[in-house]
Amino acid sequence: MRVTQGCFSFLPDLTDDQITAQVQYCLEKGWAVNIEFTDDPHPRNTYWEMWGLPMFDLRDAAGIMKELAECRRVYGDRYIRMSGFDSSHGWESVRLSFIVNRPAEEPGFRLERQEVDGRSIRYTTRAYSVDRPEGSRYAGEA
Amino acid sequence: MNEQSITVRGKDRYKSGVMEYKRMGYWEPDYQPKDTDVIALFRVTPQDGVDPTEACAAVAGESSTATWTVVWTDRLTAAEKYRAKCYRVAAVPNSPGSYFAYIAYDLDLFEPGSIANLTASIIGNVFGFKPLKALRLEDMRLPVAYVKTFQGPATGIVVERERLDKFGRPLLGATVKPKLGLSGRNYGRVVYEALKGGLDFCKDDENINSQPFMHWRDRFLYCMEGVNRAQAATGEVKGTYLNVTAATMEDMYERADFAKQLGSVIIMIDLVIGYTAIQSMAKWARRHDMILHLHRAGHSTYTRQRLHGVSFRVIAKWMRLAGVDHIHAGTVVGKLEGDPATTRGYYDICREDFNPMTLEHGVFFDQQWASLNKLMPVASGGIHAGQMHQLLDHLGEDVVLQFGGGTIGHPKGIQAGATANRVALEAMILARNEGRDYVHEGPEILAKAAQTCTPLRDALEVWKDVTFNYESTDSPDFVPTATPVM
Repeated sequence: MRVTQGCFSFLPDLTDDQITAQVQYCLEKGWAVNIEFTDDPHPRNTYWEMWGLPMFDLRDAAGIMKELAECRRVYGDRYIRMSGFDSSHGWESVRLSFIVNRPAEEPGFRLERQEVDGRSIRYTTRAYSVDRPEGSRYAGEA
Repeated sequence: MNEQSITVRGKDRYKSGVMEYKRMGYWEPDYQPKDTDVIALFRVTPQDGVDPTEACAAVAGESSTATWTVVWTDRLTAAEKYRAKCYRVAAVPNSPGSYFAYIAYDLDLFEPGSIANLTASIIGNVFGFKPLKALRLEDMRLPVAYVKTFQGPATGIVVERERLDKFGRPLLGATVKPKLGLSGRNYGRVVYEALKGGLDFCKDDENINSQPFMHWRDRFLYCMEGVNRAQAATGEVKGTYLNVTAATMEDMYERADFAKQLGSVIIMIDLVIGYTAIQSMAKWARRHDMILHLHRAGHSTYTRQRLHGVSFRVIAKWMRLAGVDHIHAGTVVGKLEGDPATTRGYYDICREDFNPMTLEHGVFFDQQWASLNKLMPVASGGIHAGQMHQLLDHLGEDVVLQFGGGTIGHPKGIQAGATANRVALEAMILARNEGRDYVHEGPEILAKAAQTCTPLRDALEVWKDVTFNYESTDSPDFVPTATPVM
């Protein structure tokens, strides 16, 4: 399966040039670009690991792309996303977020159903990958 | 007509008998509205032979303290404070016989935090007043002191996006069709297919409540099966607006509680349940971390005609105060009423923290929202993937685009329809962010995206000639400066 979180998951994977253009867009808006990674892509896993702090002061897309390359070098077997953070009043939140790296295999999620009262069902979504400990969840990892 | 107050003062003001409204203190051309006043702008069309100023003063009177005759009991009150004051009358451009009346109301006339109370005054008796041929409430200025007495949207655009983990693009939805007749089991199938295909939301239609063909509990159970299946299949948060509209508040609470118990992120109500019920559900939604979708069912009965009724921009303001999170606010390009400029005004009212007076958009007052949550507008009705560039241009990014027919009517099925919409949207956002002139290059951008997406290619082909170009019945009067008649 393909995890379709983020703004561009239905398009073919973005090239570095395309990613650079999106980063540039964020910078022109005055947003801080942030790189995060995870090996638990559960839809409600809000807090992916941060690759350093949001780059509040970096004003050059090339610098950010260098950070992305470094992050990919270390965590290339995981999901990596980039986001643009807008600190202006009334938002103070993410304004753009998209996946820029995926594991080679995406095993997806199991839907567990717990039959409860009447016909009601309690649903739990569980990523197959989290059956293994963090850090060893995707193929090719030590 | 007069530029000076002709209010009768002192003892003579309270002599028994009938006195013109404009002499009773409801026409005060020198009055400077206070920052804390509620201001209403009416379009007044007096009966033939009725003096416009008197008609406008009567609107002020009948929507505040007046009755048809002088009453001595006024003297037991601070009557001058409580009288609404018409302070400006101006001819409506290109509309002979109609006048804009600006009327100021003291804040003490209104119960804090109650739309029912506000509307009972402002649109209570006065719309049936015989000396008027027609009356329309065009706009209102709600003072910060009053705005702050309302909860506002239970969730708001920012937190809705955070909860759904969806940023940087419009959300996508679809209303399940046919709107009546599907069994719960078949209905849930549509939800599953559309969400798995790439939509964020599905939606009950306004008149889906609990009918012989589908009991509400059945619908909720099957819908949530579809939602959860789609969530697991995509790794994305998904939702479906479960319509909890019902005959009584007790029924609505019961349905909302069940939706919550099943893990739905969103419920829905119809405008026809009434202002008090809407506010109750907004409080419920805030208490239970639920997004609250409002379908504006019924609004066109009073919003559509220029001469009589209530403008939708006023309804949008009331609904932002009342506390819903989503409101249908027009598509510009779709099948339902709405010219671009007027619709832009509605969207600004929903989404901005400050609305400057913009007459060309039909916005007559500066409006401060005092950090009240933002309300997500919803565009629904006769839109399809081929219009994506126009939709993004007219409506922006913080909007739910609802493709009902434009998803379910896809020749290759519902999933394909959903995928076509999602791909079209993502391709357009990508191009916009890259700095391309997406409005003009839109068809090209879509065609390029369709090269790697067959469902989009099919959608573009089947709906290529669909447009709804009819003249609008409600457009702004476009007056950079209103002309005083006096």
